[in-house]
Order: sequence, then C-alpha cells, then structure tokens
Amino acid sequence: MRMRYIELAVGGFMILAIVALVLMAFRVSGLAMNTSGETYTIKARFENLGGLTERAKVSMAGVTIGKVTKIYLDPEWYAAVVEMEIDKSMSTLSIDTSASILTAGLLGEKYIGLSVGAEADYMADGDWVQDTQSAIVLEELISRFMFSKAEES
Amino acid sequence: MTSDIHVDVRNLSFNRGDRMIYDGLNVSFPRGKVTAIMGPSGTGKTTLLRLIGGQLRAEKGEGEVLVDGKDVGLMARNDLLALRRDKMGMLFQTSGLFTDLNVFENVAFPLRVHTKLPEDMIRDLVLMKLEAVGLRGARDMQPAELSGGMIRRVALARSIAMDPELIMYDEPFTGLDPISMGMIVRLIRGLNKALGLTSLLVSHDVDESCAIADYLCILSGGKVIGFGSPEELKNEGNDEVKQFLTGDPDGPVPFHYPANDYRQDLLGSSK
Amino acid sequence: MINRIAAIGRYGTASIQSIGRAGQLLLNSLLWGGPGSAGFSDLIKQIYSVGVRSLSIIVVAGFFVGMVLALQGYNILVKFGSVSALGTMVSLTLLRELGPVMAALLFAGRAGSALTAEIGLMKATEQLSAMEMMGVDPLKRVVTPRLWAGIISVPLLALLFSTVGIWGGAFVSVDLLGLYDGAYWGNMQNTVIFYDDVIQGLIKASVFGLVVTWIAVYQGYDSVPTSEGIGKATTQTVVISSLAVLGLDFVLTAVMLGSI
Repeated sequence: MRMRYIELAVGGFMILAIVALVLMAFRVSGLAMNTSGETYTIKARFENLGGLTERAKVSMAGVTIGKVTKIYLDPEWYAAVVEMEIDKSMSTLSIDTSASILTAGLLGEKYIGLSVGAEADYMADGDWVQDTQSAIVLEELISRFMFSKAEES
Repeated sequence: MTSDIHVDVRNLSFNRGDRMIYDGLNVSFPRGKVTAIMGPSGTGKTTLLRLIGGQLRAEKGEGEVLVDGKDVGLMARNDLLALRRDKMGMLFQTSGLFTDLNVFENVAFPLRVHTKLPEDMIRDLVLMKLEAVGLRGARDMQPAELSGGMIRRVALARSIAMDPELIMYDEPFTGLDPISMGMIVRLIRGLNKALGLTSLLVSHDVDESCAIADYLCILSGGKVIGFGSPEELKNEGNDEVKQFLTGDPDGPVPFHYPANDYRQDLLGSSK
Repeated sequence: MINRIAAIGRYGTASIQSIGRAGQLLLNSLLWGGPGSAGFSDLIKQIYSVGVRSLSIIVVAGFFVGMVLALQGYNILVKFGSVSALGTMVSLTLLRELGPVMAALLFAGRAGSALTAEIGLMKATEQLSAMEMMGVDPLKRVVTPRLWAGIISVPLLALLFSTVGIWGGAFVSVDLLGLYDGAYWGNMQNTVIFYDDVIQGLIKASVFGLVVTWIAVYQGYDSVPTSEGIGKATTQTVVISSLAVLGLDFVLTAVMLGSI
C-alpha cells in the first residue's frame, strides 16, 4: 500500500505539471487562438517594419485574429513583405482593408493592426493588402519635428 | 569440471597503491570443504575474497585467479555478473542488507531480479531459506529492527537464495555475542554439509575457525605460510604459524616494530 | 618548489581522472537494461523521492520569488511610466532564467545532497558490493533510475516554480499594488512566446536536472565510504552542482539566444 501511495503522489505531481504547462500555454503565452490549421494567408508590403518580428500578433479592433508567419525583403520594390495567417472565422475582410504596424504602449511589442474598409468583396488566400502604413520610427518623428521647428524660427 | 580444486590462485601479485599485498601467491581451495583464511591484520585476506569474486582484478600478467578453471580476472563484465549470480555467494562484514527492504524482500531480491518465478514460488523459496537460518518468524521486520547476529543470518539467507556452489564469508564472527557467534558457526558448518558448498572463510577467531574449518590457510607477508588441517598446522607448522595459532605476543613476528638500537636512540641526539 | 609543482600536477591529473570516472559512470548508467536492471516502478519511486518531495520547497520559493520580482519590478518600471510591462518582466524572468536555475539549485540542495548521502551510505554498508556479488549491476539498478528521475523531475519542478511565481507576481501587482489585471496578463500574453520562452526554459531545466543528478550520484558512488567521506561528498555535490548550473546557464542562454 506504500507503493500505491507513491504512485498516487507521482501521478498527482505529473498532473500538476501538465496543468502548469496548459496554464503556461494559454494563460501566460496567450496561445489561445484556435490555430488549428483553419487559417488563410494574406500579404502586405511595408516600407519600414520598425522591429516587427515573426509570430507577432495581427489584430483588428484590439482582438487578435492571426499572427505574422513570414517576413522577407522584396528585391524588386526594396520593401518588406509580411505574410500573415488570419483565422478562418475572420474571412470577411474587405479587399480595401488597411494594415498598419502599431506598438503596444510606448515601448511595447510591435504588432499589425488591420482596419476594415468599405468594399463589398472579401480578401482571399494569398491576396495583398493594398493600403499599408509603416511603423512609426521614433527617431524620424523627432528629427522631422526638430527640422520644422528650425524652419519656423 | 568436477575437479577437486574449486578455486585456484596461481602466482598472483597484487598491489594497492604503493603497497605490495601479494607477491607470487599460490593457493588452491578444495571443493566442498570449509577453508579458513587467516593471518595478521593487513595481509589482504578480504582482498583475496574480492579478487576471487572479481570485484578487484590483478594487473595483466600478474597471475591468475581460476574459479572452476576460468580466470575471473579476464572475464567480461556481464560474464562475471552471470558467474556471481549462478555460482557465488558472499557474506559481507557489514552484511550489506538493503535498508529500504524488509527481511522477506531482502532474501527475495536475487530471486526477483534474476528469475521470473511466480510469486507463490518465490514465497516458498524465501521461507525455506529463512527457515534454514531460523528467521522465518522475522520476515516482516525491517533491517533496522534486527540485532547484529540476525542481520548476518538474513544476509546469509540472501546469499544462498540462488543456491551457489561457492560461498565466501568475510569476517562472519566479528562483533557478535557468543550466542550469535555459535549460531553462525553452526550455520556455516551445516550449510557446508547439507549443500556441499565450497566455503571460504576469512576470520581472526582461531578457536571458531579451527572448530569448523577442514583446512586452514595462513597468509603473511603476501605469501601462504601454512596450509593444512588445523591439527596438522598446530603440530607441524613452522614457528610463525604456531605463534599465530597460539597467539603469542612475541616470536617470529616480533613485538617490536623494527627500529634502531634502543640505547642509541635514547642517548643519541635528536635529528 | 618542485614539490609544489608536482602537487599541482597531481591535483590536475586527479581532477581529470575524476572527470573520466564520472563520464564512465554516465555512459554506463544512462541507458536502461543489463543484468538486474531497475524497472519502471523503481523510476516511479525515485521520482517520488527526488521530485515529489522537493515540491513543497519549490512551490513556496517560487511564490516568494514571484512576489519579490513584481515588487522590485514595479518600483523600477513606475519611474518610466511603464508598469504595464510588469507582467511581461515577471513572466519572462521566471520562464527564461529563474524558474530553471532556482529549481535546479533548490533541487541540488534538497534532492542532490540526499542522493549523494543515500548512495554513499549504500556503498559504506556494502549494499552496492552485495549487489555486485549477487550478479546485479549497481549502476543499472541504483544509478539509472535516479538519473532519469532527476532528468524528468527538474523540468517539471521548474515549470511549477515559474507558474507559481507568475501567480505570486500577479498577487502582488494586481491585488496589493492595484495594477489593472488586464495590463498584467494582457501584455504578458502579447510577449511570451510558448515555443521560445516556455519550451526553452524546459530544455534548460532538463539539462540542469541531468547535470545535478549526475554530479550527485557520482559523488555518492565515488565517495570514501566513511561518515566523514560521505559528509564531504554531500557538500561537494551542492557546491559543484550549483556552480555547474550557473555556468551551464550562461552557456545554454548564449546558445539559445544566438540561434534564435
């Protein structure tokens, strides 16, 4: 019966660890979006990513609906191409949806924010987002502000 | 296979660190007899048992230790383990009982590990071995609850669990009260008679050893200085053997460790 | 002078010899099977004695470490007006560093020293020799299940340490300091990446588990079988395995950050 107790204790230990792992996955790393293969891919071209990385979130109105899967440089346009996986449940993005690179808080992570347009047609797998807005680079903003100040005076 | 010699040590030399323990040791242990290995402390009696059991190995070319005609020192590890499993038993000075198992499980250990016998058969075998050492009633006790003599008897039951042909006892009498010692003496003799075991016994106790041994093997200075039945050695052995058996404080083995002349040492200037 | 150089040389060769013996021990005991090999139930027993029994210290330590991290982090971040990053800071610190490292250090103190003492005592009481003479390989019977119990237990303990720590941090920042709980959890969820942060922490912890248990069983197996020798070996286990964990942590972190 001592062995029985030991087995129970070890079993409890394992279950505890699995619960911890599940909490890590869903509560801590926010793995909650149902990425069960039910996704489609759209692409967007940005002039400047400003620190956006793969696996960054793609959100609409603050709700995560996908993630960035691939980032590469387009050698013809000299611009960055971002491929993102969007959840199938959000298949009603109009073709004039715009994408912008946003920052969570002042110094937080970069993510892509989508805002929907007015067209009646929806984007399909592999489509390009036409209207994109690059990341705001703090240094550029500051230098632009300084120059304008200098011109004023 | 059934030659009269069970264990044969040929021309064995063995060093431990810088200390020479054996220098060309030759000794043969006859099958089915009790042989007591005796000698002053530090002559490597226990080392000899460990060499026979293969726990220590002599350097290449430094002699052979043959058990049933096979050199233990040259065996592969798994062959050696198989040899010990099937043919050898050893009772250690501190007994080596597993402290986390009770008496029954200690004796059952080799059976469980090495055989696939059904549980009721293991139970019967263990109870038989425990009955042989008179501890069938103590089967549920933990090693910590046992007296020194009982611990040694349990360990003895465990070392004969696999029915070995050769059993080695490392100082089985040390630290026992007279009653327990008497029990162990009786068991060693009894097991030897009943099972025809070859028994090697390392001991300091001259009286007990003479009482149960067919042969005495007396080691000193890395060599055998006397081998024969107790009576033979008592009557015909050389002076050193006689000194050992009677326990004289002075004789061929001097009372004084070799030193300079006493007078000179006292009077001379300290260097 | 010559004597001193010779002494240094002897110390050097002795250390290398010792490492060689430790390597041999690992090679001979990592795989299951062989004469008298331990079974699955032995592994369960060992997970119980090294893992389950370390659980309480891990949970309590994890909770306190999480609380302290949140408290310190809050006081630093509030100066930059970015307390919203507190959850991120606490969780990443725990998952990447403190979880595996602290769990391994506590494991070394709690279970590693006990392992050394246990095996040393088995050696001193000739239990290991008795096994050998019964045709059982003590490496396979005694060392293998203990080694694997360590490899399995430490990552699980590290995981629990981090989990409890993150909740401890939440307790301090949300309940005591009045941080909005969406900021704590939300920013954490946005930054913590399961495969990078959680899984890499677990890989680290497994390596630590192997190393700590390896050092512990080796110290026990190689100890001088006297009470003094076992005491010394136990101390050595804690000292060497703590240093090994910290040193290895740097190497592993460098490798993981470098490749990803």
